[in-house]
This record gives sequence, structure tokens and C-alpha cells, in this order.
Amino acid sequence: MVTLYVDDLAVSVEKGSTILDAARKLGIYIPTLCYHPDLTTFGGCRVCMVEANGKLVTACRAPVEEGMVVRTDSSAARQVQRTVVELTLSNHNGDCLTCVKDSRCKLQEVANYVGITPERMAMLRSAVPEVEVDESNPFFKLDRTRCILCGICVRTCQEINGVAAIDFGFRGHKTTVVTIGNKGLAESRCESCGECLERCPTGALARKDYEQPSREVKSVCPYCGVGCGIYLGVRGDRVVSVRGDKDSPVNSGQLCVKGRFGYHFINHPDRLTAPLIKRDGVFVEASWDEALDLVAARFLETAKHYGPDALAGISSARCTTEENYLFQKLLRFLGTNNIDHCARL
Amino acid sequence: MRKVLEPLRQEAIQRWQALQNSDKPVILVGAATCGRASGALDVMAAIEDKLREQGRDAIVRQVGCIGKCHSEVLVDIIKPGRPRITYGHITPELAKQLVEDYLVNDNPRTDLAVCAASGEETDIPCADELPDSKHQIRVVMCNCGHIDPGSIDDYLAQDGYMGLAKALEMTPQEIIEVLKQSGLRGRGGAGFPAGRKWESCLKAKSDQKYVICNADEGDPGAFMDRSVLEGDPYSVIEGMAIAGYAIGASKGYVYVRAEYPLAIRQLRLAIQQAKEKNLLGKNILGSGFDFELEIFQGAGAFVCGESTALVLSIEGRRGMPKPLPRPRTTEEGLWGKPTLLNNVKTFACVAQIIHRGAEWFKSIGTEKCPGTAVFALTGKVNKSGLIEVPMGIQLKKIIYEIGGGVAGGREFKAVQTGGPSGGCLPADLLDLPVDFDSLTAAGSMMGSGGMVVMDDSTCMVDVARYFLEFTLEESCGQCTPCRVGTEQMLKILHDICEGKGREEDIDLLVEMGKAIIDGSICGLGQSAPNPVLSTIRYFRDEYEAHIREKRCPALVCKKLIYYRIDPDKCQACGRCLKACPVQAITGAKKTPHVIDLSKCTKCGVCFEICPDRFSAVERKTGQAEELN
Ligand SMILES: Cc1cc2nc3c(=O)[nH]c(=O)nc-3n(C[C@H](O)[C@H](O)[C@H](O)COP(=O)(O)O)c2cc1C
Ligand code: SF4
Ligand code: SF4
Repeated sequence: MVTLYVDDLAVSVEKGSTILDAARKLGIYIPTLCYHPDLTTFGGCRVCMVEANGKLVTACRAPVEEGMVVRTDSSAARQVQRTVVELTLSNHNGDCLTCVKDSRCKLQEVANYVGITPERMAMLRSAVPEVEVDESNPFFKLDRTRCILCGICVRTCQEINGVAAIDFGFRGHKTTVVTIGNKGLAESRCESCGECLERCPTGALARKDYEQPSREVKSVCPYCGVGCGIYLGVRGDRVVSVRGDKDSPVNSGQLCVKGRFGYHFINHPDRLTAPLIKRDGVFVEASWDEALDLVAARFLETAKHYGPDALAGISSARCTTEENYLFQKLLRFLGTNNIDHCARL
Repeated sequence: MRKVLEPLRQEAIQRWQALQNSDKPVILVGAATCGRASGALDVMAAIEDKLREQGRDAIVRQVGCIGKCHSEVLVDIIKPGRPRITYGHITPELAKQLVEDYLVNDNPRTDLAVCAASGEETDIPCADELPDSKHQIRVVMCNCGHIDPGSIDDYLAQDGYMGLAKALEMTPQEIIEVLKQSGLRGRGGAGFPAGRKWESCLKAKSDQKYVICNADEGDPGAFMDRSVLEGDPYSVIEGMAIAGYAIGASKGYVYVRAEYPLAIRQLRLAIQQAKEKNLLGKNILGSGFDFELEIFQGAGAFVCGESTALVLSIEGRRGMPKPLPRPRTTEEGLWGKPTLLNNVKTFACVAQIIHRGAEWFKSIGTEKCPGTAVFALTGKVNKSGLIEVPMGIQLKKIIYEIGGGVAGGREFKAVQTGGPSGGCLPADLLDLPVDFDSLTAAGSMMGSGGMVVMDDSTCMVDVARYFLEFTLEESCGQCTPCRVGTEQMLKILHDICEGKGREEDIDLLVEMGKAIIDGSICGLGQSAPNPVLSTIRYFRDEYEAHIREKRCPALVCKKLIYYRIDPDKCQACGRCLKACPVQAITGAKKTPHVIDLSKCTKCGVCFEICPDRFSAVERKTGQAEELN
């Protein structure tokens, strides 16, 4: 263990920890933008600069040393923190009310912490880039006027997903997040998993159809047999969002494109809510009893005429294990082993 | 190993002497990129044509840049028994005449001569006594302009490879001791002691290590490294081989920008020749030491000159400097292996230090910065060019004696050193000794060695803006202070130049500049505010004039100047009236002309065209009375 002093408070942390780890253990806030606990540290945003033994260092990268004296609030550290935030804001589309991340935005949090005044901001010249929003992806958009180039999405795509569909492109003030060949996201290797937008600190990468849920319900994703833990966001009786459950041992919060974005069928008007029976070539709504009687009668009839192996059943990956168990029981009761599963097709 | 080298050397020396004592005239054409840009290849072709035409035999050779860029194309002629005469400003036509006059008719054409090797030709100044040669000492560039960069024999005849041969008889530690004693500091800009860097690389344990030569040279206006590679690539190769032996590396790279095609060609040729003579490759000079050299072409990003970005670039990744804390490149560099990175000029000094000894090197320059500094002297100076001076020389000696003073007899205003990382120094710092530490203390930098002289027609706000425009484009873009800070500072400077500056802008620039220096990851961002901060420090009044009085004292910023015709001087010749592209000038015969400022686009054509004997058009700054 290493003991150090952060803003006069002593703290002991494991060797190899960073100053940020130590400060957080003490409950001392150090602003960060490009830091994300799931990812390798980058150190590019420069907002976590603190003074350690009299030298300015980035708290997210600098390792602790025995007896180190850290000041998160020295005037030199504050000056850099504030300048970095002011500069970031000068370069950022600050129309917060139309931004889906409003009130959940890391940049707002950090700006509030370092203290931004209208007088100071009025001294700066606006440098918001004039670029089109990339709307090509059906589920989310990339609005580069809100991007702060923290690189969290880039690292997420490389380190979490292993796809590396995006990276930094161009140089200097033209630096931006690009796909290979600078094409739209839809034309890139992007698999639309949406992991990046979950971590994007601002509204640069955000869902297209975001609605703030009024409450959340813990559930399991029904799409496949993996069983990722999810939270369904609900408004009244409508499901309006899905997010991964970080505490789920199955997926640690990660989701695939279907799990994250494919929930609209739940409230879809075309969704089947009652059985249909074809009568005179047309599907007509029926009661469950009617429908089940019909199916049972036809099954028995077919088995009688052609033998039970004329029957077969295909079950769905979206059924639970228990449901699949019951399904194979049913078919064996009917006298056949012809059972298969859509995941095998 | 020196024994093994000796026969190679003797053979080369004999060839060299045969050339010097040749009964044919020897003609040397300065054909580095700078010479070529002025037409050296055409001059050479003209000389060869003329010789053929006249049925004369002569040896025509290409050499590198000798540094006198102000007199390109340079041709040297050595007639048997006569001193070497250097001719300047030679065109293909003049070249033909020269062949006819001097080679055929024995008229040395003293009118075209710049200097001669000794004072025999009475009308021609002696090369060593020229004011611009007197203060120069050639270490890095000692062979440039003398040897044919395509001939390893030429290099061997100038004591080439004596350093490597000697080094191979020493232990690595002994070599490093010599280097440490010599006090050699890296010539890439920061001046880090070379011996210490080599030692830490030697101490790093690894099965594989690398030596890299940094020939990225991205500063605008800098061309020292290119000239060395074009004029004497062998000195760099030899220095790198010594480095390989000293740190235990068998592989080296020269990282050179692809915009230097001639340098790459000469380097490739030199590597080939060195291999053929077993001065590179396996078992060099029978010592058992192997060293391979490869050229890596960079794509021309300034930031890729930074050590960690350069390494990433060779690895095929995006060139972004790695933030601290990080392992040193000497411990974990290319492909994660210990790597020694030095500048072209640093390597070019090494062989001579080993051959001639640390004391010799220390006898040049100052105690803390021994050796020489190479500068590309440009701007408003009479003799621009590539110069090599002992460290510690005063700025004024460089500008007034080597550079021949400010061009056009105008007044000196400032000198900019260190390119986009450096700063502007005013007249009262002309006594400043030129070395790493003094320049940094004065708010500028040695940098890679650009030196731009500015006269009173230069606007310092505009200069700061020019350099910031460069860094803005060249920042790698990963860290906020550098990427957004330079953009913000530039926008403020644009406003000041356009008369839209605000009272608080100067303090804001200073405050922001300091935060960018403190907050940036690499040297690019940490030095990007220097051009702004140094001009504010030394020329604050000029910023204030722009902001408070909406005046540009140097009459440069277009938005703050206007043109006016002095009715007392105007002779109503009508030239300006006809020339004005927007018909802003009215007037008639015998009626003084007048500029309608609401139409004027400030193109300055009237100012240029008004005959000098009238000088009726004035360029003024501030509020035009007519607009009041
Ligand atoms: C933005 C930036 C650009 C640089 N460009 C060059 C360059 O073009 N050539 C060079 O030798 N060093 C350059 N350097 C310095 C190198 O990082 C490094 O310090 C140097 O090559 C080491 O060699 P030296 O010890 O011989 O000076 C640059 C540094 C920075 C921060
Ligand atoms: S899109 Fe978001 S996560 Fe990606 S770099 Fe920009 S701000 Fe960071
Ligand atoms: S200071 Fe500039 S060039 Fe250097 S790492 Fe930061 S953004 Fe890149």
C-alpha cells in the first residue's frame, strides 16, 4: 500500500493506483472527460490536471507515490482545468435543450464543477465546427458539433467490441472521429451495438428516438439464449428504452444491436395479440380455446393418418429453457423426436 | 579495425588527389534541392553542352549545398594550377559564357565570382575572409558542397569512417564516455545530452534494439537536415553505425519525409555504397558487428517529428505523442524495444567527435553547449542561406556580419528563431548569445534551426498569426489545450488584425497561452503559444495599437490600412486611375486624383504603380479623415 495526501487528507491505496483512484477513495472530486473505468486511460482531455509534488500531472494516468502531496485545487491546476473546460465549450454546440444528453451530460457536470461564467465565455470566440450530423445509422446519430474528442467511443469500439470501426481522423483543428474512408456509419464496419453511445459523455453519439423513461424494470433480454441482463425503461405501459445491466454476470452491461435497439415490437400495432385462424382463405381472429382445439385436432388427425413422424416442431431461441423443455415434452407425447430449434437453422 | 579501413582509405585518397591535381579543369555544380530549384541541372547541362561544343575536356561533378543560397546557382571551377573560384547567380547562358571565357580564353570573369580559395586572384575576395565565412565553423556541413554525395570515396578521403573504425576498437562504454565528455547535445531542438541518452539505451536490456535518425524536419522554412542528407549522407550513416555499436543495436531506420526525394535518393545510394565496402551490413570491417539501415518515408506531418509519434508512425499507426507518464523511448521504443532517436545533425557530429576527440569538439562553442549550430537564415536579410556557427555567437554577428544586415537598408525589428515553436526577439536582445539555454530563457527556442529576420515592415501580430496557423493545422488533435487552444488564440489574433480586438484580449492570450503550455501533452502544444507570448512580451505596444487605436503600425493588416493620394504630390498622370481594378479612383487631367475609400479594396495597385518620382499614393493606418 502507498500512502499519500490529497488536499491535506491522507489516504492509502494499492501500489500502481492512480491519483484519481486515491482521490475517489477519499470522495474528492477530480473532473474527468476522457476517462472511463471500462477502458484504457487516454489522457487527452487534460481536465483532470492536478498538482502532485508541485508538478502538474493528469490524475487519470499519474501513479501514486509514497508521501506524495497532491493538490486538486491549486491555482495552477484550477487554471488548466478551467481553461480546458472553457476551450471545450467554445468548440462545442451548446444548445443543451435540444440535446438528448441534457442533464445526463458529463461536460455539463464538469463545467458546473470548475465554474463557468457568462463573462468568461463571452470573452472567447465561438469555434463550433460546421459539420453535418451523420444520421446514416438507423438507431443513433453522430453529431460532431457536440463531440469533444475524448476518444471514449474509439476505445470502446476497439477494446470492448473488438470491431475498431471508428478512429480519430485528420489533424489539428480538423481532427474528428471517422470511419474507414470517412463514410457514414451505416457504410462502415460498425455493428450498431451502441456500446459507444452508452459511454459518450456528451450528446455527440446518441439514440435517435430517445425518450426519458419514468421508471425502470429489471429483466432479461428475450432475443437469444445468452440471457443478457437488461433494464427496460418504461413510461406508463410503454417500453421506451433498454439498457444493459452492469451487475449482470452474463453481459456486464453490454448488449448487441437487437437487445439494445430492437424493442419497438413490444408496442408495435402490427404485433399479434390474439390467435388467427384462416377461414375461406382469410385470417380471422379467434379465441385461444378455439385455436388450441383446432391445432390439437389437426395434430391427432395427421398422426393417425401418416404416423407421428409426420409431425415436427421447431422452437424459438426466444423461449426460456423451461418453455423449450415443455415443448419437447409435448412433441414426444405426440410420439415424435422431430424437434429442432431456430438457433440451429 | 583501422587497419582494415586503411587500404580503402588510401585508395580513396589517391583518387581524391588525382582529382585535385588533375590536368583537366574540375567543375563543381551545387545541385542540392536548393540549387536545383534555381536551375542547377540546366546549368550543368549547359556546361556539358558547351564543353562538347568547344571540344574541351573537364570533370563536371555534382556537389551538395554549401549554404550560400543567396547566390544560387553556384558553380566552382578549379583549373589546373589555379585556385578554386566560386561563381554565383549562374544561369545556363552565363555558364556557357563562363566556359568560353575562363576555360577557353583564360579570363577568370572576376565579375561573376563570389570568392576564391586563396587570395591569388587579386580581384576576387578570399573565401575564408568573406565576412559571412569568417564567423562560420563547419563541423556538420564540413563536406557539404565539397564532396560528391554520390561517391563514398570522396567521403573516405576526408577522414570518413575513421570514427567508426576507431569506435569498433573501443568498448561501448568508452564511446559513450567520449560522447559525454564532448558535451554533445541533441540537435533536434531540445538539446538533450546525447551521451546520457545513449547510455540509458545501452543499459536497457533487450534482445533487439534500434537506432533511428530523425530527419522529419517539419518546421516551415527549415532545410538544414535535408541539406546534410543531400550533401553528405555518409556522415549520418557513419554516426548511426557508431550508435548501433555503442548501444547494441543491429538495425537502424532513417525517418525522412517523403517530400525529400533527393535526400532519399542520395541516402539510398550512400547506403548501397557503404554496404559494398562492408561499412554497413554484416561483420563491419571484420569486427563482428552487424548493422542494417533502412529508410522509412514519413508522410509529412510535423507532429511525427516528436519521438513517440515518430515511433508509432514507423509502426504504421496514427502519429500521436504518448502522454506522460510513459516509458522512455530509450527503454521502450519501436516495437516496444529500446530505441535511440537522434537528429540528423547529432549523428553527423558523432563520427568526428570519436575521430578527433572530445576536447576538439569542446573547443568549439560554449562550455554548456559545445559545437556548432546550423541555421537556415532567411527573411529580410541581405544574404540568406544555410550557416553553421559556433554556439554562443551573438545574434547580431549572425544577422549583420554573416547575413550582411537587413535587406534594402531598412530597420531591423525582430528575429524569429525556432520556427513555430520559437519566438521573436527584438533589437535590444541582439547581443544575446545563441545557444539552447539563452534562447529558451528569452522566450524563444533553438528549435530545429530556422532564423527569420524581420524589418520594420513586419507586423508582429501578423507574424504570430502566421505561425499559429501552422500549429493549428499540424497539431495531432488529441489534447484539448493544443487542438482548441491554438484555434481560439488564432481567432483572437484574426480579430485583432481586423480591428475587432477587445481590450481584454491581450491578457486573455497570455493567460490562455500559459494554460496551453501547462496543459499540453507534447512539445508541439507546449511551445505553440511561444510566437504569441514572445511578441506580446516584446511588442505589446503593437498589439495595443491594433486594439485601442485600430492601427497597424507596420502598415500590414489590410483591414486597418487605407490608401490616400496626396493632392500636393499628385501629378495627375492617370496611371493609378487606369490600374485600379475597381474604379475607385477619380480624377482628370491636371486635377489631383482621389480614392473613393468606400469602393477601395486595398489591393495596393495604385501604391505600387505611382511613379517613385511622385510617390503621391500613401499607405496609412488608423481612421481615414475622409471617413470621419
Ligand atoms: C512537434 C515536434 C516536432 C519535432 N520535430 C523534430 C524534427 O523534425 N526533427 C528532429 O530531429 N527532432 C524533432 N523533434 C524533437 C524530437 O522529439 C526528439 O527530441 C529529437 O529527435 C531527439 O534528437 P536529438 O536528441 O538528437 O535532438 C520534434 C519534437 C516535437 C515535440
Ligand atoms: S463521439 Fe462522444 S465518445 Fe466519441 S469522441 Fe466524441 S464525445 Fe467522445
Ligand atoms: S500537444 Fe498537440 S500535438 Fe501534442 S499531443 Fe497534444 S494535441 Fe497532439
